[in-house]
Amino acid sequence: MSATNCNVRVLRQSAPAPDIRRLTVALPRDAQMPHAGQFYMLRAWAANESPVLSRPISVHDMDPEEGSLTFLYQIKGEGTQKLAALAWGDTLTITGPCGNGFDVAAAAKAGKVAVVGGGIGTAPLLLLCKQLADAGCKPDLMVGFRDKTYGLDEFVPFCGKIDVATDTGALGHHGLVTDLLDPTAYDLVLTCGPGVMMRGVAKLCFAAHTPCLASLENKMACGLGACLGCTCHTKVGPKTVCKDGPVFPAEEVFEL
Amino acid sequence: MSDLHVKFLGQTLAGPVVAASGTFGFGEEYSAIEDLKLLGGISGKGLTLNGQPGNMGERLLETPSGLMNSIGLQNPGVDHFIRHELPVMKQLGTSAWANLGGHSVEEYCEGARRLSETDVDFIELNISCPNVKQGGLAYGVHCADASGVVRAVRDCCTKPLIVKLSPQAEDIAEMCKAVEAAGADAISLCNTFQACAIDLEKRRPVFDNIFAGLSGPAIRPIALRMVWQAVGAVSIPVVGLGGILTGRDALEFIMAGATLVQVGTANFMDPGACARITREIGQWMDAHGVATLDEIRGCARNAG
Repeated sequence: MSATNCNVRVLRQSAPAPDIRRLTVALPRDAQMPHAGQFYMLRAWAANESPVLSRPISVHDMDPEEGSLTFLYQIKGEGTQKLAALAWGDTLTITGPCGNGFDVAAAAKAGKVAVVGGGIGTAPLLLLCKQLADAGCKPDLMVGFRDKTYGLDEFVPFCGKIDVATDTGALGHHGLVTDLLDPTAYDLVLTCGPGVMMRGVAKLCFAAHTPCLASLENKMACGLGACLGCTCHTKVGPKTVCKDGPVFPAEEVFEL
Repeated sequence: MSDLHVKFLGQTLAGPVVAASGTFGFGEEYSAIEDLKLLGGISGKGLTLNGQPGNMGERLLETPSGLMNSIGLQNPGVDHFIRHELPVMKQLGTSAWANLGGHSVEEYCEGARRLSETDVDFIELNISCPNVKQGGLAYGVHCADASGVVRAVRDCCTKPLIVKLSPQAEDIAEMCKAVEAAGADAISLCNTFQACAIDLEKRRPVFDNIFAGLSGPAIRPIALRMVWQAVGAVSIPVVGLGGILTGRDALEFIMAGATLVQVGTANFMDPGACARITREIGQWMDAHGVATLDEIRGCARNAG
């Protein structure tokens, strides 16, 4: 399936946390629907306006009935600031769906699944848990945040147990999300979050012989596999995060 | 209704806009995004004979109206291209350009020899990549070096040969003349401008190679100046590129004398840029009663 480019209208945007935004857009009727772990290149500014590159944002949720896509993102710089300024009725350009995403059907057949997220890395995990639950495999969820959590209520219907860790101890376990994971209890671990966190998850899984898939992030120019700006040097050769990934077997992309 | 066809090295191309190497993969990635049949061609990702993994570390950095890259000629190699990418590229309804780099004259020649045995339409010889220590810019600065590699490749290349030049050439007009004399059928310029950025927090260069290539609208007026000089220096066709984002930008290069233009960084600012720019050129021509590009090509050189 190839990515396409289209103009979409904003249905709503909310702020689950001071620097976090939840943006919902209406997809054209004939548009291809994404699956969990895929992303779009978002651009809410003209081609000749700054920043030069569009911003890769993963799909947080989708509603085929409403015909909508939801993105959850952190305001980090000029691009995400411009996205955050969008309101009902505004238009933006999206290119996608991009990337391989998670193979939900295969994951759901694996057995007992743990989903491990950190901070804004939880963004693609909602749709993942939803699609896993739809496929008859409610995963357990372990998430880590610095201080405050956001968006966790959304996960409740689609997950088994939900465990939270915070760096500050403000909520849940005071410590790392990896403290919450016992990979021997699972047949498959799916993770998205900061690199150090995912490497920690990958190490635990590797030691326990539990397969682990990690969703990576990188700067991207095209999002389509054309420019090779986001290449990840994996143990099986160079791979594009945007097209070959963003989801990779963890042992191929992390030093364990 | 204006006619956008361009005669170029024995072929008639559908339009004057060619997707620039390194920004368009081998074309397939964009096939669901824009109508590739409108394009004059697609120059594929730069190849080397044996392929290479490209550079480590940061590869991209945005600048005001520009983009720095340090990809380092990551590519699957000439044979892989011939077997896997070229057949797909040939189905896209536009001309297929193989962009060829190399680490030695022998490597360039072997690559050109193998590509000559395929149905690729054009070979664009890359002697201007700033991001690899050899296989690019090493041949693109001094006229004698460029002349040597172009002459050697010419002898073993049966395809139309376009030589892609660097803005780092010590004298752009002399470089163009040297490359023409060595047997190039056309010249394309310019590749990215060597540039630098420092990461303040890490107190070190952003890119592992220290220098990287700058492209995008930021460099367009300088690229246009070099294309102007190239057109004045040689009688072979000149393919102009550097920061073209709109039909009006492209028309500036054509009025400076470029036969074709290439569009690179704009593909990242608008994935439908090549087709859009083609349409915009046509709209401008229609609005100004210009029937063919030949009517305006180089017209700015004769003004006043």
